Amino acid sequence: MIAANDVTKRYPEGREALRNVSFEITAGEMVFLTGHSGAGKSTLFKLLAAIERPTSGSVVINGQNLAALRRNAVPYLRRKLGLIFQDRKLLFDRNVLDNVLLPLAIVGHPAKEALRRAQAALAKVGLPNREKTFPIALSGGEQQRLAIARAVVNRPAIILADEPTANLDAASAQEILEIFRAFQQVGVTVLIVTHDPLCLPGTRPRILRLDHGQMSEGQAMPSAAVALP
Amino acid sequence: MTSWLAQHLAALRDACRRLAAAPLNTLLSLLVVGVALTLPTAGWLALENLRQLTGDTPGVQQVSLFLTLDASKRDVGEIESRLKEARLGSWRYVPREEALKRLQASEGMAEIVASLPRNPLPDAFVVTPDDTRPESLEHLAKVFTAWPKVAHVQLDSAWVKRFDALLRLGKLVVLLLAVLFAGALVTIAFNTIRLQILAQAAEIEVARLIGATDAYIQRPLHYFGMLQGALGGLCAALLVSAGFGLLVAPVTELTQLYGASFTLRSLSPVDVLSLAAIGGALGWLGARVSVQIHLRRLT
Repeated sequence: MIAANDVTKRYPEGREALRNVSFEITAGEMVFLTGHSGAGKSTLFKLLAAIERPTSGSVVINGQNLAALRRNAVPYLRRKLGLIFQDRKLLFDRNVLDNVLLPLAIVGHPAKEALRRAQAALAKVGLPNREKTFPIALSGGEQQRLAIARAVVNRPAIILADEPTANLDAASAQEILEIFRAFQQVGVTVLIVTHDPLCLPGTRPRILRLDHGQMSEGQAMPSAAVALP
Repeated sequence: MTSWLAQHLAALRDACRRLAAAPLNTLLSLLVVGVALTLPTAGWLALENLRQLTGDTPGVQQVSLFLTLDASKRDVGEIESRLKEARLGSWRYVPREEALKRLQASEGMAEIVASLPRNPLPDAFVVTPDDTRPESLEHLAKVFTAWPKVAHVQLDSAWVKRFDALLRLGKLVVLLLAVLFAGALVTIAFNTIRLQILAQAAEIEVARLIGATDAYIQRPLHYFGMLQGALGGLCAALLVSAGFGLLVAPVTELTQLYGASFTLRSLSPVDVLSLAAIGGALGWLGARVSVQIHLRRLT
């Protein structure tokens, strides 16, 4: 589903953010990508979302090599991904419902079906009855749920989330993880970029670890598990 | 097809929403566009009225030949045969008796004519040549003057020519004004779209990140420029109509004092629609250029 082969990303000023990174994620997996700050996590996220391009190597998503993707094909690739950004990128001048409707408007769904889908997405992340609220009035955890609802409203097969639990208290972070887990259980491939891999009780998720731009693999320590209250 | 139409309708709705969201800004922009379009439109309308005032005369150009008072029937015949030979176009012979009768018929002239001891009018020919280029008319006048018993040749078209030249000059001025203000309108649209893009920077960024094509982002901006231009055109139509409305009464009075009947023509529905269409097209052009430049800068 997602594969990186010998990916190197060098920035113009000479800094090498990723060096010979290779990994593969199969359909329906839920994987954490972790590492210290500056290890190259966000760079890898940007490569996977086709925001940036690798200096060498190939990034393949759904059989499409992003390194060779034409500029005008990028929007159509992004529509197949559920992207959750570190700074959430919510629009504060429109209400919750309109935020979730945006991806559907971009694809061009008929209004009635779009409304139904948006409401379903909001229900799935646990934000029903908040349609007319503006994002500024939501808590951090609720804003994150809204960001997830917007990412999944087009029913993507892949979710890429950059630091979705950062700045959230443990309980909210766990609720967010539960939402991702629910999507994984219905077959969605989930990649979560985080500096602090949490895992849910009873799971031992796969972990990709970046260290100074190079990758190693492992599993989450059970000690990192957060106990349910 | 229906999805394409829905996307365009959505973009149009979006543009309308943005225009309505800042009513004061929108009103000011519309006024600026309206005023910019008013000057060339008013100039054009004034020219149209002047052209109507002269009627269809610019097409009819005549040369009058007046014979000497002692010209005999034979001399008249001579001129007739020369005109026939020359084949210049149509011509008409006006005998001196007929000319006198016509003069008597005009108001206030009957007594004067009756007091004259004899007919002071000469025989005349009115020639309407096919070739009405000014230089050929001048040449014709010279040829006629050289004919026997021709006392005077008059180019009836002289004043029409002068008026025509004046109208042409006026047209040129209006055209220059139109080009100037069209440029202004494109610039206005360019700038408002630049401000729109700055105001929507966050939304444009997010939309791009979640899969919006360039067309999706540009469409509402194009409609915005087009709507602003078209509404500005309607504004201009309103201003011009109001201005000419104020002129109707004095102009009618003035022409009546000269014994003429003339009604000032204002903008027709077709003119109003054309104005809106021109404004819309120029606004769209400005928006397009602005979008090309400023959206690229945003990424």
